[in-house]
Amino acid sequence: MNDLHPIDAEPRKGKPLKFIIGGLVIVAAIVYLIVSSLQANVQYFLTVDEVLEKQQAGELSGRNIRLSGAVVGDTIQYDMDTLELSFTIVHVPGDLEMVEEEGGLAAALHNAVIDPARSRLEVVYYGARPDLLQDEAQAILTGELLANGIFKADELLLKCPTKYEGSVPDQIES
Amino acid sequence: MIAEIGFGSLFISLIISVYGVIAAIYGERNHQRKWVFSAKQAMRLVFPLLTLSIGSLIFLILNNNFEVVYVASVSSINMPVYLKITAIWGGQAGSMLFWSWLLAGFGFIVTFRKWDRDQDFLPWVIAICLGTIAFFVVLNTFFENPFVRYWQVNQEIVQSFVHPPGGIQVAPRNGGGLNPLLRHPGMIIHPPMQYLGFVAFIVPYAFAMASLITGRSDDRWIQLSRPWAIWAWLFLSLGLILGARWAYDVLGWGGYWGWDPVENSALMPWLSGTAFLHAVLIQEKRNMFKQWPIVLIIVTYNLVIFGTFLTRSGLLSSVHSFARSSIGPIFLAFIALTFIASFWLLSSRWEKFKSRQVLTSFFSKEALILITIILFLGMLVTTFWGVIFPNISELVTGQKVTVGPPFYERVAGPILGGVLVIMVICPLAVWSFVSFKHLGKLLWKPFIVSLLGVLLPIYGGLTKVPAVIAFWLVAFVLAVNGFEFIRRTRLRRRSQSESLFQTISGVFQRNKRSYSAIIIHVGMVFMALGIIGIEFFQTETQGTIAEGQELQLASYTMEYEQLDIFNTSDDRNVARAVILVKKDGQVIDEIYPRRDFYYDSNQQVTIPGVRSTLVDDFYTILVDWKAVTSEGATFKVYHNPLVKWLWIGAWTIILGVVVTSLPDNRSTRAGSRTRGRDGHRN
Repeated sequence: MNDLHPIDAEPRKGKPLKFIIGGLVIVAAIVYLIVSSLQANVQYFLTVDEVLEKQQAGELSGRNIRLSGAVVGDTIQYDMDTLELSFTIVHVPGDLEMVEEEGGLAAALHNAVIDPARSRLEVVYYGARPDLLQDEAQAILTGELLANGIFKADELLLKCPTKYEGSVPDQIES
Repeated sequence: MIAEIGFGSLFISLIISVYGVIAAIYGERNHQRKWVFSAKQAMRLVFPLLTLSIGSLIFLILNNNFEVVYVASVSSINMPVYLKITAIWGGQAGSMLFWSWLLAGFGFIVTFRKWDRDQDFLPWVIAICLGTIAFFVVLNTFFENPFVRYWQVNQEIVQSFVHPPGGIQVAPRNGGGLNPLLRHPGMIIHPPMQYLGFVAFIVPYAFAMASLITGRSDDRWIQLSRPWAIWAWLFLSLGLILGARWAYDVLGWGGYWGWDPVENSALMPWLSGTAFLHAVLIQEKRNMFKQWPIVLIIVTYNLVIFGTFLTRSGLLSSVHSFARSSIGPIFLAFIALTFIASFWLLSSRWEKFKSRQVLTSFFSKEALILITIILFLGMLVTTFWGVIFPNISELVTGQKVTVGPPFYERVAGPILGGVLVIMVICPLAVWSFVSFKHLGKLLWKPFIVSLLGVLLPIYGGLTKVPAVIAFWLVAFVLAVNGFEFIRRTRLRRRSQSESLFQTISGVFQRNKRSYSAIIIHVGMVFMALGIIGIEFFQTETQGTIAEGQELQLASYTMEYEQLDIFNTSDDRNVARAVILVKKDGQVIDEIYPRRDFYYDSNQQVTIPGVRSTLVDDFYTILVDWKAVTSEGATFKVYHNPLVKWLWIGAWTIILGVVVTSLPDNRSTRAGSRTRGRDGHRN
């Protein structure tokens, strides 16, 4: 080694190559882990329209997907003995800008539920009835579309935009 | 009036921050100390000003001033005082003001240390702290103003801070109240801890940048940063663990960590911060890899800002996210700017910070710590990728995708295993050089003891291979640390005549830092035990049963005794089930899963009833009930083995950090007396 630097308390005796290879092996192992896990666990995140479209094209069979839509309050049915929860969701645009154009998420959800022309999808879920399941809530579901066109959800996430900050309180006085 | 005071002091603090940045840089460039001194005074002034501002907000909340939009959105008349205080950070605008206030407080403290030896750092530390404060105050002043009020103009309600022409001030009769999910004692401490952890990492970053700009490549900046980084790390750890505990106690889904993007954004600075603390150790002991701590603190700083941004961008759907807002692009610009500037600076100083020491052995302490750092960074990249992948995929392919918990778990498991393996070897390794033979000599006894950790679970009927490996690693780490402690105590006993207690406390005193490290690592292993328990062995069942009937899970039986439904004085309707927990036919406990309905926000919260022991948790959730409650109620039941060790581990870690920051009363004396004897191993 043509090392002209002053030598430190301890002379060089390492073989850097060995350590570079060792480091690369670890990095490669981590990268492999990430890539393989990602391939195995990525889910489509779809709107109701997209689900129906992809189903027609036959792209969904047996695939675990995630979808979101607006909950129609009247359709919520819950059987306490079997813990079977079923309801219908309506298509809400997935694009944030389109949602903003409608006047925010709360308005978009409201428009979706009152619009009979929008595509709908029946959902069934087994388990506890979530606290936030109500009319015009945004449901984010994970599961798979069954052959009979019903979406069987394994996981159910709900969001009620009106319940968080940002809404104008209804009773205002001077 | 109060709102004007609050906004006024906010605005003045912005002007002063900007002035301070300019004065500090100008003074440094022109070697005029009076300008730097003036900048220091500016930094001292910002804290009282922001205190006045946040004080005004607290006053408005306590005083039920619902004409202020923010107050109306997070508070309500019937909320108790302690919840009204937490409402300060219950919404977007307030939480950012709180953030700036904490940072200003840290900046205030920093100005009061002795700067004699570090005059060259001072202007840059001021510029970076005040620059960051200024950024947040700009957001608070122009985009997320917590003092905006309701006005009525021509039959229309508008929100504005200044009085619109012809407007009359109006106020809702009552506010919407704090999100009920946040009305939990854990929520009083969790967010401030999280913020403290975030904000405290900014000070080490400021020192690192000062070191880069001045080109002072010794480890002075590390010495100055280390206490800040340790406290930041402790607060961040506390924030994470309190959040996990809150999820376990309140969210009622049987778990504690959901790889939610916002959880991830708090985890990421913790991962890079942990890596930073380890890199600091290598630099201090061996003067090696001097660029690493700088890289890691830059990454941590940017992750702190990124985490603050993610929570507020509306990019995510999460239990944590605030309302969507317009500040996203500004945040991204700030992150891009600081990130690029920091790394440009580092690259221009790269040679100066190069170390001439090289690695000599795979089993030397520095090599093992380096591997640990790589593993932590691997976990960081994984988490980061999981968070941003959906956005990238949408940009590239137009297809929205998500990445769920299985992705993170699959990567985190092996990485956690790798970290445990290193924790087996590391306490025995020494700096700079160690042979495998030497290690083997120290390892074989703990190895034999650790086999107990394999045989006992297998004897108990365990068949899952990953779980067996995990238990073995846990036992191995504990055995290594135990043997190491005994060995050191013996060495000292042989050379000194004193009582056993004196010896143990002496051993602790002499090398407080490495023992607090042992405590922290043992805490980590306890946490690993809890994670293994719940990840591998959680079981669940559910069912609807009538009064007097039973449900069975694992070795437990629960009997549904009765359900009480009543209203409380703070506007809740509570449904509370009484459950008898039985084991082998004997009643051993009584627990009360319940569901609270909040009238003011029209929302319900499910709170589990838990019987918790060192062996396992019996966790019950009241799902629903029939109109005649004696006819039946529905329960979901989880059996979570070993999960209590997660919390025990967390408290152990905190103890370790507290030990390391205790003042040394005897260490100098005891240290000089014994260092020669035990300075090197064997």
